[in-house]
Amino acid sequence: MQHIITALVENKPGMLARIVGLVSGRGYNIETLNVGPTQDPTLSKMTLVVPGDAHVLRQVTLQVSKLVDVLRVTDVTGKRHIDRELILVEIATESVAQRTEILDLATLFDAEIAGVSQCSITLQLAADSNVISDFMLLLKPYHILDLSRSGRIAVAHTNNGDSPA
Amino acid sequence: MSDKKENDQIERTGAQCVVEELERNGCDVIFGYPGGAVLDIFDSIYSSPMHLVLPRHEQGAVHMADGYARATGRPGVCLVTSGPGATNTITGLATAYIDGTPMVCITGQVPLPAIGNDAFQEADTIGISRPCTKHNRLIRSVDEIPEAIAEAFYIASTGKPGPVLIDIPKDVQKQFTTMQTPEKVQIRSYTPHFEINNKEVAALAKAINKAKRPLLYVGGGAITAKACKALSELAHKAQIPVTTTLMGLGAFPETDPLSLNMLGMHGHATANIAVSYCDLLISVGARFSDRVTGKASEFAQKAQIAHIDIDPSSIGKSVRVDYPILGDAREALEHLLPLVSENKHEKWLEQLSELKAKYPLKYTVADGDIATQYVLEEVDRICQGNAIVVTDVGQHQMWAAQYITLKEPRTFITSGGLGTMGFGLPAAIGAQLGQPDRLVVAICGDGGIQMNAQELVVAVEHKLPVKTIILNNTYLGMVRQWQEMFYERRYSGVVLSQADRPKNERIEESKPVFLPDFVKLADAHGMNAIRITKPEDVRPTLERVFADRKPWLIEVMVETETNVFPMVPPGMSVAEMIID
Ligand SMILES: Cc1ncc(C[n+]2csc(CCOP(=O)(O)OP(=O)(O)O)c2C)c(N)n1
Repeated sequence: MQHIITALVENKPGMLARIVGLVSGRGYNIETLNVGPTQDPTLSKMTLVVPGDAHVLRQVTLQVSKLVDVLRVTDVTGKRHIDRELILVEIATESVAQRTEILDLATLFDAEIAGVSQCSITLQLAADSNVISDFMLLLKPYHILDLSRSGRIAVAHTNNGDSPA
Repeated sequence: MSDKKENDQIERTGAQCVVEELERNGCDVIFGYPGGAVLDIFDSIYSSPMHLVLPRHEQGAVHMADGYARATGRPGVCLVTSGPGATNTITGLATAYIDGTPMVCITGQVPLPAIGNDAFQEADTIGISRPCTKHNRLIRSVDEIPEAIAEAFYIASTGKPGPVLIDIPKDVQKQFTTMQTPEKVQIRSYTPHFEINNKEVAALAKAINKAKRPLLYVGGGAITAKACKALSELAHKAQIPVTTTLMGLGAFPETDPLSLNMLGMHGHATANIAVSYCDLLISVGARFSDRVTGKASEFAQKAQIAHIDIDPSSIGKSVRVDYPILGDAREALEHLLPLVSENKHEKWLEQLSELKAKYPLKYTVADGDIATQYVLEEVDRICQGNAIVVTDVGQHQMWAAQYITLKEPRTFITSGGLGTMGFGLPAAIGAQLGQPDRLVVAICGDGGIQMNAQELVVAVEHKLPVKTIILNNTYLGMVRQWQEMFYERRYSGVVLSQADRPKNERIEESKPVFLPDFVKLADAHGMNAIRITKPEDVRPTLERVFADRKPWLIEVMVETETNVFPMVPPGMSVAEMIID
């Protein structure tokens, strides 16, 4: 099972290497990883998606929390949370008909048109992972020229008693 | 800042800051090896009251700092140059990290603008040391130094202790700062202390009061937490037998009738049997390492398990835990004590003493040969639990753990978690510097001593009366034992004598048979040395040499192919232990 772990860390040089080194050094695989600043400029937030069973993930969470520069780590998987992933996908459009088909698909998924050229269209979609998977499935018949995924980011709900990480 | 105020404040260089802040944090001995990137710090040390000890290899420096810390409980401090100086510390740091030794290691670094340019003697010290330190930090501005050093001591010695490394670029050491020592260290993201949860303690107390066959399983954490007194009170109040891990030796006196001695792969049979039959196992500052549990799924199967530990990631890592208690071991035990009722556990203790009588440690030896166990029995008889025994790694380490009677914490110093050969001699030197009035005995194998033999000279030049005993079995004994037991006696890469080598390891039929000559080696370092070859010489020689206030190297030619027993074969359950 995939776990979504968020970590609130000091915004210091080397933090990314520290966390990635610890997680991968213990033999756990990181599927996606996202880092960004928070409302407090001295803190960064990381979201890691790590596959593994609950026992393995408990270890990952506890090990990361032990790091001196880590404030809080939460495995949000079992908690109420919102997670999103952003993708940018460039699709070749070989005919007008094909472009129309792809645009229909974009409307269906609420994907935005990020760019258009004579022979391609670039779509942007921010959604939860199930929607992204469905979208990618429907794009399969087309010729995908390029694809970038942000990795998942998540926030835990504040109103369920758990403080967010 | 007003001009006036600026004038009031003393300007110090980064290097001066380092030295003064080390002194302020209680450092009286520093183990340092110089080089280009730490010249300024060495220059500041020149006029410092700190005792500077020059090891002959940076690995030696770190093990010395480690031995000093384990013997005293105070952080050990070492200082090395960039590049090769820093990379030479890695084994020492990893050794200290896994065993939880408090340590501050200062490394020089190439100047800030040169970092990343493959400069001369540049290494990514922060990157390389990250997985083997509790914390590390690259200093980017001279103003950070006082705070960084105060934080390093704080992090190193709180929570589960460990080594902290500070990497200081050469140009930063030369810059001036008016920054003063911080009044208080506070790190918002670091919580070394946990409030004991009273509910959890009450639940465990209830379980203890109900248990018919309780057992205390005690690790090095109990020593770190100064929990030994509380442990003894608990054990006596409820008459609970106590077994310790290798790291926990000394936490509970082995002379106490409640002591079952060490458990684990080479533990006492009674201790391992007790684990298999107890109905409540109370772990205090131990981490259920594979060398203790054997096959973890079959460990203490009949028992409920309580785990008291300061490290949240340790609880429930390798075994299921019914009563987790997160926090300081001493605090936890002190909370527990009033809730635990007096008890006798007569039947359980009686069963255990029958087992002790049935399975004493034993060995046989051919007439005229010296058994390693016998040498250790004699060491034990002479020291009577009053010495600090430091070991290297191998068979002799396990026999020392079995045959030396430990009575006090911090009197058995060994590389438990990493099992680092070469640890013994430098760690003994560090221990002796920390405890100048105690008898310090280093127990080494003929293999491991050669990994840091260069440090003999340090004992001599600082007049440290360490007694280094080399138990020469002419093999890398522990590996030979595994090859004998699990690889059909195919002795590959373990024969240290020049005779009896496998064909592909022999260069020519060479003389002398024994290389090196350890007595001559000691002689070359200006150390007194003696070789014992007859069993009847063991006692008088050890008595004479131990009474002398000089450093000594004592080589004992011991029986060559003896195996350490009991043994729980790797990956097997404790119940499958081979007794002899
Ligand atoms: C640095 C290091 N390298 C290799 C090992 C593997 N090892 C464990 S015990 C041992 C043999 C030790 O031989 P010796 O020092 O002669 O002691 P003995 O076992 O004979 O008492 C070896 C090679 C180790 N523990 N540490």
